[in-house]
Amino acid sequence: MFDDLRDLYQEVILDHGRKPRNFRHPAGANREARGDNPMCGDKLIVYLTVTDDGRIDDAAFLGKGCAISTASASLMTELVRGKTVEAARALFHQFHELCTHDTPAAPSDDTPVDHDALDRLQVLSGVRQYPVRVKCATLPWHAMAAALDGGPSATTET
Amino acid sequence: MSSAVAAIAPAPAGDNSRAAAVAAARACFPILGRSVHDRPGRPGPSLVYLDSAASAQKPQAVIDAMVGAMSGYYANVHRGIHTLSQQSTDAYEGARARIATFLNAPSPAEIVITRSATEAINLVAATFGRTFLSAGDEIVVSVMEHHANIVPWQLIADAEGARLKVVPCDDRGVLDLDVYERLLGDRTRIVAITHCSNVTGTVIPAAEITRLAHARGIPVLFDGSQAAVHMPVDVQAIDADFYALTGHKLYGPTAIGVLYGKAEWLKRLPPYQGGGDMIASVSFEGTEFKGPPERFEAGTPPILEAIGLHAAIDFVDTLGLAAIAAHEHRLLARATAALQEIEGVSVIGTAPDKAAIISFTIDGIHPHDLGMLLDRAGVAVRVGQHCAEPLLDRFGVGATVRASFALYNNDDDVGRLIEAVRAAKEFFS
Repeated sequence: MFDDLRDLYQEVILDHGRKPRNFRHPAGANREARGDNPMCGDKLIVYLTVTDDGRIDDAAFLGKGCAISTASASLMTELVRGKTVEAARALFHQFHELCTHDTPAAPSDDTPVDHDALDRLQVLSGVRQYPVRVKCATLPWHAMAAALDGGPSATTET
Repeated sequence: MSSAVAAIAPAPAGDNSRAAAVAAARACFPILGRSVHDRPGRPGPSLVYLDSAASAQKPQAVIDAMVGAMSGYYANVHRGIHTLSQQSTDAYEGARARIATFLNAPSPAEIVITRSATEAINLVAATFGRTFLSAGDEIVVSVMEHHANIVPWQLIADAEGARLKVVPCDDRGVLDLDVYERLLGDRTRIVAITHCSNVTGTVIPAAEITRLAHARGIPVLFDGSQAAVHMPVDVQAIDADFYALTGHKLYGPTAIGVLYGKAEWLKRLPPYQGGGDMIASVSFEGTEFKGPPERFEAGTPPILEAIGLHAAIDFVDTLGLAAIAAHEHRLLARATAALQEIEGVSVIGTAPDKAAIISFTIDGIHPHDLGMLLDRAGVAVRVGQHCAEPLLDRFGVGATVRASFALYNNDDDVGRLIEAVRAAKEFFS
């Protein structure tokens, strides 16, 4: 009945959706922001521990979400840890391209590209075929960006 | 089944033919013949539409009435001397009169045609609030309200310094009438409450709500957006002061709503919006307004939509809302029982008196994911908060799946829903 949907719900997504990594509130977190998707009621909070020299020491999240948003948050926390703030923002930008364009724009020369990270995020690129689900995949990333900006929250409706 | 339904149910001899007429009415909805997710050379599953609580599909009679008006006699109303304008005015005012009889309102003058139920509630909140609310006053609502019956009251409460008092419900979704009665106090100026929850399906004991409020001189507004679709509504029997409903859930077009208001209240309320059609005379020194209901209908009204709603009401009344309710309750009972047999399913809302709306969750599957899989199987449901975030918070869930039934659904639809839910559970296991 649902064979077509295997592209969207790949095993990696189902696994991260069922058993999200870094699903916790780290004691040392010094940045956090909430992500809201008012359409489906999803809410999550992304916690970051950012060092004085601008490196993400730890990334975690808590909240309720669908398999797509939970898996995306889980993968994100694994992939941004250890990155500079600048590299994390760049990865978000490249991930957003991946979710919305069949042929993502090539990053400019001076932007760092983590090809291994983008390869791992390919499992979420199935949302391209389902516009309403793009918001699910990008919600935790918007929340991460809001946390880096020092803002309290991000919503899918802006 | 509500007592109001039982009271006007026809004699048993008529039941069978009425039930047969409701079952046959499915054929009057052309959209129900389509499939979804078609591919070249491979049609997708046929549509099972279980999202009527969000918006109902339209029978051919409604489509024909609106097309007939546009191709036959459409013009603006209330201002033309020419033939078409007169015909359109007759059709528009005919719709108002038909709405009045549908609700058993004493007079068409007590029917205000709006753009939506939301606008009807905003109209009362704004005009009643401006006139009768002051600092420290209270508005009683319930935890089961749609956002459309919360936010307008919050806006006027903020403006006037008033506050909302919220009647809770129990774990079944039954309103706590004892708390309701206690909340009715010296500062209560109005009660604004749903007649039927769009999440739990709970039907509110409307006559009891008004009896308790009126004993203290407090008027009651009902949000009848769901109720008017699922059961006969008699605004005099329940003694409603205001009753709001929408056209598009009642098998009519979008962009039309209805506000019934008792004449004694409407005449005490100031205009809501200003514009043409609601004035007696205009000068720069001052403007005189028409009386109700025109006072509340600024600008060109939803003429075609009123004509479509008239046809929808005729359609529903021909079948009979009691017969429709009986049909829907049978489907509700079957679907509820079958869902509850599936491990991990929790039904949100099990009030003894409820309309054919089932909200549920499944352990381990987010409603958004489930809704997407059901759609793939051809089954259209609503997922999310259903514009009732406080109620979902009350039940401790962020979102639910909602299957809502209408007169055109049948046993096959129930079977397809259950089959798809079971398959989705397998997919995520």
